Amino acid sequence: MKRRVLEILTGFLMLSVFALAMADGAWLANVPSNDHGKINPYSGQADAVEAGKNIFEEHCSKCHGVNAEGVKKHPSLRTARVQQEASAGDLHWLLVNGNMKKGMPSWAKLPDPQLWQLVSYLKSLHE
Amino acid sequence: MKRIVTISIVVAAFTSGIALAQERPYFVTYSHEMEEPGNLEIESFNVVGKPKGGNRFLGSNLEFEYGATAWWTSELYLDGQITADESTIFTGFRWENRIRPLMREHWINPVFYVEYENTSADKALREVVGHDGNDDLLEPNRDARSDVEREMELKLILGSNYHGWNISENFIGEKNLTAEPWEFGYAWAISRPLKLAASAHRCTFCAERWQAGVEMYGGLGDWHSFGLNQTSHYFGPTVNWSAPGGTTISFSPQFGLNDYSIGHLYRFGISYEIEQVFGRLRRSGQ
Repeated sequence: MKRRVLEILTGFLMLSVFALAMADGAWLANVPSNDHGKINPYSGQADAVEAGKNIFEEHCSKCHGVNAEGVKKHPSLRTARVQQEASAGDLHWLLVNGNMKKGMPSWAKLPDPQLWQLVSYLKSLHE
Repeated sequence: MKRIVTISIVVAAFTSGIALAQERPYFVTYSHEMEEPGNLEIESFNVVGKPKGGNRFLGSNLEFEYGATAWWTSELYLDGQITADESTIFTGFRWENRIRPLMREHWINPVFYVEYENTSADKALREVVGHDGNDDLLEPNRDARSDVEREMELKLILGSNYHGWNISENFIGEKNLTAEPWEFGYAWAISRPLKLAASAHRCTFCAERWQAGVEMYGGLGDWHSFGLNQTSHYFGPTVNWSAPGGTTISFSPQFGLNDYSIGHLYRFGISYEIEQVFGRLRRSGQ
């Protein structure tokens, strides 16, 4: 009987860990391949980073922190997931679609060039 | 008229110092875009008009729009109006909820809208349904305010963003909770920022802070007489400007398209967004 309870508890624990892991970065797995491979048209442009910084401060900093370090439930954008695992296309896809079940709204109301400028700024944070 | 203009300027001057938002420049049409979760937006939308054979009026909404989640926005309206040579009155309240059923951005994005309203002598004209028209605004305030309307309004909001353009369409059904029939209406609007990319430097009047477009709306009759017969329709250009760190001001002159409509309407609005409002309250309480 004890063994049976232990097996159930272990299974439940593993499922919880799996669910947490998926919740943290599951959106990356949802990005279609053509979006994943999109190239940032502003890549390498210093002006785009500056413009993206202004957009970030206006729309994103209240949740993600002034330096994108994260605030309480709102994640840091300086993590390896954002800076290394996610491509520019992945971040653009996330901005367009949001992750609404997790509280991240869609930012499709911003014009596409501004979203790419924002991506330029986010990707500049690791440098 | 002088009194209405004076009050309008005072309201604008009072609220313009506290406004912050990036909104579409629409007054009647809803886009599919929701309030960001945790944010509270305070908005003042106003309309000035003069019905044929009636007195000039200023209809006004004060709105409190809260992003409950990324897919659910709830909003409370307080309505009032001033009619020249008559009176200034509080006309009632509305409570609306907007739900976005699809969790990703698509070519066309639907939003479901449900509203309960309890108003009388309303002149805010935030929607036109049924056979609403010029003559509805001729009844004196002292008579009109005794006719309290308790109504349920449903909307299907469809919105698309394409190459910087926003295209929004609304289909409206409104039911007075007494024995009156369903009334129908529509609204659509298109707008675009004057510049799509942001400037690298901070600026006040740069083109990306301006949005311009057109808006059209009108009635489609009721359950027993669906169609365009004896319905009013309006069309006009619309523009807004978002100041840095703050104010969004919107303006639209709108024109009645037939004799059943009011000749001209002048709409203006101001909005202010408090980001993460409950977080601020918690911090101020500590």
